[in-house]
Amino acid sequence: MKNVAITELAHVIRSKNSGPFELTFDIIFKDDQSFKLAINSGIFTPALFAGLYKIPQEEVLGVIQYPPAKAIKATIVRSRPAGSLGETDVYGAQQHAPLLTIQVPVKEEDE
Amino acid sequence: MKKLTVFSPTAILGYGFPKESFFEGLAHNPDVIGVDAGSVDPGPYYLGAGVSFTDRAAVKRDLALILPEALKRGIPLLIGTAGGSGAQVHLDWNREIIEEIAAEKNLSFKMAVIPADIDKDYLLANLDKTSPLGPLPALTPKDVEEATYIVAQMGWEPYSVALDQGADVILGGRTYDPAVFAALALKLGFPKGPALHMGKILECAAIAAEPGSGRDCMVGVLDEEGFTLFPTNPQRRCTVKSVAAHSLYEKSNPWLLPGPGGALDLRGTCYQQVDEKTVRVTGSAYVENDYTIKMEGSRLVGYRTLTIAGVRDPIFISQLQEVLEQVRSAVRDNFEDTSNYHLEFKIYGLNGVMGDLEPNPVPGHEVGIIIEAVAGTQEEANTICSFCRTTLLHYGYEGRIATAGNLALPFSPSDLPAGPVYEYCIHHLLPSKPDFFKPEIVEVG
Repeated sequence: MKNVAITELAHVIRSKNSGPFELTFDIIFKDDQSFKLAINSGIFTPALFAGLYKIPQEEVLGVIQYPPAKAIKATIVRSRPAGSLGETDVYGAQQHAPLLTIQVPVKEEDE
Repeated sequence: MKKLTVFSPTAILGYGFPKESFFEGLAHNPDVIGVDAGSVDPGPYYLGAGVSFTDRAAVKRDLALILPEALKRGIPLLIGTAGGSGAQVHLDWNREIIEEIAAEKNLSFKMAVIPADIDKDYLLANLDKTSPLGPLPALTPKDVEEATYIVAQMGWEPYSVALDQGADVILGGRTYDPAVFAALALKLGFPKGPALHMGKILECAAIAAEPGSGRDCMVGVLDEEGFTLFPTNPQRRCTVKSVAAHSLYEKSNPWLLPGPGGALDLRGTCYQQVDEKTVRVTGSAYVENDYTIKMEGSRLVGYRTLTIAGVRDPIFISQLQEVLEQVRSAVRDNFEDTSNYHLEFKIYGLNGVMGDLEPNPVPGHEVGIIIEAVAGTQEEANTICSFCRTTLLHYGYEGRIATAGNLALPFSPSDLPAGPVYEYCIHHLLPSKPDFFKPEIVEVG
């Protein structure tokens, strides 16, 4: 097993509001092989996103594989409704940075 | 095979488009022009205050190009979520721009205006039928009473009625984004799956192209089995990836996209590259369910004043959060009679972007601080912000050696009154009927 940085496998990693009460993350992989490696690694679970954002797992509303775009999507509960007091990012467009640290474990023979 | 060409000049009315792209789009002889004019992304202020998040001159620029060409060619022009948030006040704002252009260019036409406002008494009487849309509490009478404007999202049906009434231009209040692109097709009997899926992509215009842009045009050609999409700017192209990836954007689930009366089911959708810039989409299905409409509302929470300041002193930075807490206590002590204010420090260079979600809250060699005070009146917010600024500026923290002042203030005046502050209080579903929204026909010019 070795670890591959997510930035080696994905060419889009982004966050954005999905309505005012949810924050959604898209990881779009470079090609079929990268997408397959990510899926096969088994790490893209609610626990991964809960850990990265230090939130309870029940606030991860879903992790979805979307093969038409070679993408994995996760959605979490927003810390507060968009634009409420305490807001730091009304559009939710700069909440992706923790995702850039993901390391994907890959079996040597899968490379 | 029956075909229908739908033209989307821009992602949001007022975001603009290159003229060449626009006329190239018209050269494809569209049957209808659709424009989505709204978004909830800019936050609760714009609905709550009754203000458009788009600029008036920019909206007028776009409409002054689109409107005369649509009328000259007899192409119906459908505009959804007028004025950005789609309440009556936004609708009136957009209508005035249209009437101004009509007067300046000597245009006369039949316009349908479709309000989307929900009467508070009606909603209070139907409160028990509502349900929250997303992770938020059930709707209370207080939410309804405090909301300044309450709108609900209409579907394609009222646009279809207005087309039947012979409207040349339809200006709708809050609208399900795909509706203005799908209304003519659905009125003519095209299947809902492809028509609404095409609308879902066209509402963002060339954002679904490569390179993507909200300020450029897209054409969709619908038939009974699917649709094809292409941008009209030769510098862009639609690819399977750019179009398929678009159903991820700003949505929780890319397979099932709910709207009033049903949901798009994209589990069987196929994307196919037709030529260098064109993608064909087939297999999109639509699942009917109980007809519900999404309501939105926001309420005033106070008035805001800001100060922007910088800190470069390493001794101060090393104990930044403790110092800010001490200053917060000093403000509370001084204004214990000002009962209800919110004082917050946004610390850029520490966790200003992610707040509590920041995994690495370590300050840089300099940090930016926004002092934010929100209180019941603008004067109270000014007072709290001003007092906090002066206290922080001269606060004698532990080990201080720079005794002339703790903040670099880039502006004079340093404090910026930012006006009213709103928060979302309604984002709920209400069972309804497609004919809940009624077009009103007006003669313009």
